[in-house]
Amino acid sequence: MIVERTAPAEEMFQVIHANFGSTVGDLTVAEPRMTARNVNVHYADKHAIIDVSLDIGCHEVIALIGPSGCGKSTFLRCLNRMNDTIESCRVSGEIRLDGQDIYDKNLDVVPLRARVGMVFQKPNPFPKSIYDNVAYGPRIHGLAESQTALDEMVEDSLRRAGLWDEVKDRLQQPGTGLSGGQQQRLCIARTIAVSPEVILMDEPCSALDPIATAKIEELIDELRQNFTIAIVTHSMQQAARVSQRTGYFHLGRLIEVGKTDEIFTNPQHKLTEDYITGRFG
Amino acid sequence: MADRPITTLDKVNASLARRYAKERRFRRAGLMAIATGLLFVLLLFTSIISNGYSAFWQTHVKLDITFNAEQLGIGDARDFETLSSADYAALIRTSLKKIFPEVRDRKERRKLYKMISTGAPLLLREILISDPTLVGSHHAIWLPADDDIDMLVKGQIDRTQPEDARRLNNQVIGWVDRLTENGVVEQQFNTTFFTAGDSREPELAGIGGAITGSLYALLVTLLLAFPIGVATAIYLEEFAPKNRWTDLIEININNLAAVPSIVFGLLGLALFINIVGLPRSAPLVGGLVLTLMTLPTIIIASRAALKSVPPSIREAAMGIGASKMQTVFHHVLPQALPGMLTGTIIGMAQALGETAPLLMIGMVAFVVDIPGGPLDPSTALPVQIFLWADSPERAFVERTSAAIMVLLAFLISMNLLAVLLRKKFERRW
Repeated sequence: MIVERTAPAEEMFQVIHANFGSTVGDLTVAEPRMTARNVNVHYADKHAIIDVSLDIGCHEVIALIGPSGCGKSTFLRCLNRMNDTIESCRVSGEIRLDGQDIYDKNLDVVPLRARVGMVFQKPNPFPKSIYDNVAYGPRIHGLAESQTALDEMVEDSLRRAGLWDEVKDRLQQPGTGLSGGQQQRLCIARTIAVSPEVILMDEPCSALDPIATAKIEELIDELRQNFTIAIVTHSMQQAARVSQRTGYFHLGRLIEVGKTDEIFTNPQHKLTEDYITGRFG
Repeated sequence: MADRPITTLDKVNASLARRYAKERRFRRAGLMAIATGLLFVLLLFTSIISNGYSAFWQTHVKLDITFNAEQLGIGDARDFETLSSADYAALIRTSLKKIFPEVRDRKERRKLYKMISTGAPLLLREILISDPTLVGSHHAIWLPADDDIDMLVKGQIDRTQPEDARRLNNQVIGWVDRLTENGVVEQQFNTTFFTAGDSREPELAGIGGAITGSLYALLVTLLLAFPIGVATAIYLEEFAPKNRWTDLIEININNLAAVPSIVFGLLGLALFINIVGLPRSAPLVGGLVLTLMTLPTIIIASRAALKSVPPSIREAAMGIGASKMQTVFHHVLPQALPGMLTGTIIGMAQALGETAPLLMIGMVAFVVDIPGGPLDPSTALPVQIFLWADSPERAFVERTSAAIMVLLAFLISMNLLAVLLRKKFERRW
């Protein structure tokens, strides 16, 4: 189900309320890159995501917050079908990337994941050299015409990930030898090397110290110029710092979504307010 | 302070002594277990080594040999045919007669000639065939002594026993002593033991044939079991859907690992020899049977190695759009390979030491020739040990132990290789 974009805002708000259950706030955007409608996820007999609908706009950073086990990571992993790897996981509903249904039977997940990249909670560089880590994506997708082109891609990706100056003299050393923060930036460089449209970040800073976290946050802000970013985070300050929109998940439901400053200053839903003011979570 | 209330700390302190005593007892029990284990290993090794080390030396006697054309019965011919069928034993007889001219009785002379191994004429034949110009010349040549003489020189025959209870009578012992005094008796490194095939004569018997047979069988096993095992493990672990069928397959593989090896031998006999019609006693069939036996070990070890690769690596690869195949072959497999190799080497070591299934497929035959290929009849090293252990000659006792030492050396070096591999490729994340 796709919402008519031509409808006036007030009317659309009504439509949303009528169709998308309990979510408070405007879950649509003018220029969506990804649209999720009535997504439900089951793990065996557990209903992990209940009727979630959400738009992710072009060149925005959307933060997904909520207490542990609320389904925000699960929702994020639906966006590039990483949940396919979990045997017992069933996804229903509709998720579209640029209007194309990504759960279509005929859709190949390999190009999908090239378009929707992912950065994980724990830095997970390959046990290969720094160069090979970044070059891996372009190599498997055949993006570089020549060795020079590949070298440029690697340098460009590392520069954009803010890591080039730190590693340019030791590209052949193992990526696992870097510090935690550098490893995570290496993983980001690896992801952007295949030029995805969307980058999903699943608590990218939870294993990092404050200085490394600050660097990653800065980086996220810069990456917004070229990519659409969805970030799951446990830190509300981080959500407030890096995102333009924020969605609050609670027990598998998307409770509230809206502009980040509005969510944090003037939450509409009681649960959101309780979480943000630190009454639980 | 006597009526001070009992605190938590008092209770903790009261129980401390008992807790520490328990720990000490457990440590002592553990140490004792290890000591007992080591003791038995030590016993095993001392018994084998003390029994077997002397087999690596063989008593030789230096004889003056004249390659007399007349005695050889070859006339003026020097072609291969004539030289092959010449009477080399006559040369040895002449030489011995010269040393012991007083021995005239026929029976005694026969005993005298028996002191030199029946393989000695063959040795002379080889020398002459490789250089026919030696005819007419005179040489001092070291020739292997008979196994009884060898035993006497090595002190395995008790001279204090009554004469009729001994393998050698006083007269022969006297001859040997005289030769020893002349300085023409010497223990030399026993190369025959490593190069020759089996023989009825202990001094001519060696493990060369058995080792070659074992190597051919292991080669077949490795070439089949490693790729099949690894491919099975990868498919089951990474690609197969988790359903009742794969569960069933998994249970069956685990059960196969516990099947007695002789059952695999029976299967090999029925399948490879009776149905497929492969030759009996062939290392090829042995290798096939050992493959069946080793496969479960390799599959289980490989699956464990694949399981131990952290899922984060898989997610990382898939997160940037690697296909399942690329994920497995670019990232998972390189990480799991050391574990797989370790499992394979352990499996191969197990296969090398296996005897029972080889008995079933006829690799237990008396084979003198060294096999030239995996289809030639052959024995295997453990089977050779089994055969020699059955032989009555005293000289085969030490050869049995020596063959066990060689087998153990192979097994230990294979296990060492597995340990080294594991150490070298220890987790890198």
